[in-house]
Parts: sequence; structure tokens; C-alpha cells
Amino acid sequence: MTATAHAATLKTGDAPVFHEVEEHAHPEGSSTMLGFWIYLMSDCLIFAVLFATYGVLGGSYAAGPSPKDLFDLPLVALNTSMLLLSSITYGFAMLTMEKGRVGQTQAWLAITGLFGLAFLSIELYEFAHMIHLGATPQRSAFLSSFFTLVGTHGLHVTFGIIWLVTLMVQVARHGLIPANRRRLMCLSMFWHFLDVIWIGVFTFVYLMGMLR
Amino acid sequence: MTAHAHGDHHGSDHHGDAHAHGSFRSYMIGFLLSVVLTAVPFWLVMGEVMDPSLTTVAILGLGVVQIVVHMVYFLHMNSRSENGWTMLALIFTLILVVITLTGSLWVMYHLNANMMPVHDMSRMP
Repeated sequence: MTATAHAATLKTGDAPVFHEVEEHAHPEGSSTMLGFWIYLMSDCLIFAVLFATYGVLGGSYAAGPSPKDLFDLPLVALNTSMLLLSSITYGFAMLTMEKGRVGQTQAWLAITGLFGLAFLSIELYEFAHMIHLGATPQRSAFLSSFFTLVGTHGLHVTFGIIWLVTLMVQVARHGLIPANRRRLMCLSMFWHFLDVIWIGVFTFVYLMGMLR
Repeated sequence: MTAHAHGDHHGSDHHGDAHAHGSFRSYMIGFLLSVVLTAVPFWLVMGEVMDPSLTTVAILGLGVVQIVVHMVYFLHMNSRSENGWTMLALIFTLILVVITLTGSLWVMYHLNANMMPVHDMSRMP
């Protein structure tokens, strides 16, 4: 930075400079949010491809079980409510973070993590139950695409929970410093984004599966 | 709208936190709307309220509305955050998503219809 600045001042003595020689300073992390948003958009494309795959293969049961045989809508409704509740509790964590209350932020983050764990547990129970019935990913194209799509979402939630615990440790050690606030805001976008994907999953996979 | 105004004010304070956070009120509005928009499609399907084709259209429509609600109230999307770059990235992604989804479904539907005369096992003799 300093080298280019020196070069610029030397150059200005020789000839006029009509463009911005040195990029004006950006505060640290000023582009993190936009960068993270673009990562989320790339994630969105991954899910779009998986949704398209499920849309194409979702009706090929290979004489095996169909959604009506496998899906338990009350369980999916419970699952969905867990994710919705975790979204609003993360929102509360962000609001308390704005006020700089470390303890309350940690408490809301913990509650969010527990709702996330509840969601994952219910999903794993559902998967285990399906596999127990013989509806494994190898059984039919419908089940392969189902486990890939819903499993990828579940993996995202898993990594979200790991990230959440990591940030709780960071906040406990360093408090709500600007870097931690930025990280919490990124996780906020990630968490709410997973909720948006889940809307697609319960509408397209579960509810429309029962209508097939 | 108050949430957006708050976000803009906040963004001008320090450039690093350009994203709005919303308020307690906006989070609660978003949460209540999403609860209703989740409960209605589940009720439509579980209660078998309408005929299946009409229900399909209804739940897809409600799903799209709920995604917009989440985008606005939880992800704080608006056309001004990050000088409109987030909105631009979103629109670009949505175009790709629409091409991917409709393209795949359209192509594979016609492939199935034209290439596989006996694709319904239940109708086999």
C-alpha cells in the first residue's frame, strides 16, 4: 500500500493523473456481507439443481414405495415448526446483539441451536424409519433424489449448528467485538436462508408428494 | 418500512454493518406471517379441502409468498442494501434457477412422453 502511494506521489510530480491511482480505503470487513450473499446465491443454485433432479426423478418409484406410503405429514409439520422457531430465536439473538447484551445473545443462540438440533433429530428419525422400512436411497430414483435433496439441506443445518457453537465460544472468549458481530450476521443470513430452502422442500417434496 | 429506514440510518453510521437488522416488530410480523403461510398449505393437504390440482397451485403460490416474506423480514432484502448489488445477485440467481427448474422439467417431461411408451407399470398387462 505504502509503496504504491509513494509511486503515485512521484508520478504526480511528472505528469497529471486523471484516474484514482490508489483505491480509497475500505474498512475491514465492509465487503463481507455482499461476498457472503454471493456464496448463498451459489448455494441456492446447488439446491435448484437438486430440486430439478427431484422434479425429474421424483415420480419414478421402480415399483417401490411412493411418497404416500412413506411421508408422515404431522411429523414434517413438527419439523417445520422447529426450523421456524429457530429462525425467530436467531432474530432475537441479533436484536440483543444490537443492544450489546452478551449474556442474552448467548442464551438466544443456545435456544436457536437446540431448535436446530431438534429439527435434525426429527429428520434423522424420519430417515432411520424409512431405511428400516426398506426405503433406502438405492431403492428407486425417487428415493435417491429425495435423500440427496433433503440430506443436503440436513447437512447444511448440521454445519450451521457447528458454526453456531463455534461462534458461541468466540463470543464467550472475546465478547461482541465487530469481527464477532460480522460473523454472527453471516450466520444469520445462512440460517434464514436454510429456512427459505426448507419452504421449497416441504412444499415441493412433502406436500406435493402427498398429492401425486 | 420502519425496519428499512432504521437499516439505512445504521448503514450510514458504519459502512461495515451495511445490512439492516430489522426490529422486534418486523421479526414478529415475519414470524406470524410465516406461521400462517406454513399452516395453511399443511391444512389444505392434510384436510383434503380442495381437489388435488387446485391444491397444488395453491400450495405453490403460498410457498412463493412465504419465500418473499422470509426474504423481506428475515433476510432484510431490499433494493438499496449494498448499493443494490445483493438485489442484482438475487435477480441473476433467480433467472438461473427458473431456467434450471423449468428447463429440466420441460425437457424430461417430453423425453418421458416421447421415448417411453410403457412407462406406467400399473397399466402393463
